[in-house]
Amino acid sequence: MTAPSKEALVRSVAEVVIAHADELTGLDQAIGDGDHGINLKRGFEAVLASLPESRDKSWPDLLKAIGMTLVMKVGGASGPLVGTFFLGLGKALPEVPTRQDLVAACARAVDGVKARGKSEFGQKTMIDVLVPVQAGLASGAGGAALKRIADEAAEATVPLRATRGRASFLGDRSIGHMDPGARSTALMIAAAADVLEPGS
Amino acid sequence: MQLLREQDMTVGLVVVSHSAKVAEGTVDMVRQMVGDSVALAWAGGDPDGGLGTDVAKIVAAIEAVWSADGVAVLVDLGGAETNAEMAVEMLPEDKRERVTVCNAPIVEGAVIAATEASGGSTLDTVVRTAEELYA
Repeated sequence: MTAPSKEALVRSVAEVVIAHADELTGLDQAIGDGDHGINLKRGFEAVLASLPESRDKSWPDLLKAIGMTLVMKVGGASGPLVGTFFLGLGKALPEVPTRQDLVAACARAVDGVKARGKSEFGQKTMIDVLVPVQAGLASGAGGAALKRIADEAAEATVPLRATRGRASFLGDRSIGHMDPGARSTALMIAAAADVLEPGS
Repeated sequence: MQLLREQDMTVGLVVVSHSAKVAEGTVDMVRQMVGDSVALAWAGGDPDGGLGTDVAKIVAAIEAVWSADGVAVLVDLGGAETNAEMAVEMLPEDKRERVTVCNAPIVEGAVIAATEASGGSTLDTVVRTAEELYA
């Protein structure tokens, strides 16, 4: 991977979420409370607004600042969940991270999200994307492969019956819809991969 | 003495709902039951005032009713629980272990928890009494 501009990476992730806010809200209207896109958009707009102060921070401090902004601004469960992922990366990464550092930090961040959401793989949540992406990262997958893994993992939530989160209230009626958290997570991973490995 | 009791000797109570109206209305119902004998605060609505929950508001509510005897937090749906747990983790370390997010129905849980707290019960007893509603 090349050494990316921190600002380019943050902008790429934030802008893809903001651009897909309506789609994410639509997915959430089908099986949840219909605020996923709106909430994440509010959070990532705040992240973009804070870039002038945060872009010169070290990777750990930048990621922790993003995590805290999402925790404070999103206003739904996705704030602490996505925020915990960024906070976990920030806490685990050294100032000048290698790919090995990223693999270890990502594992820790995924564990943090599981603990925060009291959830495991297979419950039709963002964890269903994070777990296979983390496994792919650990086994050496490149940007294009990680994007494919993330997309397929989000798609694989469609036939699942939700057992965690608001969608679990619907029982069998949650089957046949993509989980909005899985979709937003896949979008963020693809956006990050595009910057970390241009042309992937 | 009443003030001393409220601040220093009684478990405080925080109600967290996606809806400010539900949170405030729940506290109204609790207040009718326990008067001023229990410190009460609520947090409802997302940072823009829509339906949702706001970690900063929850932290402020916990601080507002803080008692060395502890604080019980009643929540409604998933995001309220997740955000309340996040808020607890953002408190100073010495306060964190004295705040419990209850696994209980929000309105009934708040009323019974506050009634228990008004009798001077410990945090553990207040939480257990509320959680028995789901047992």
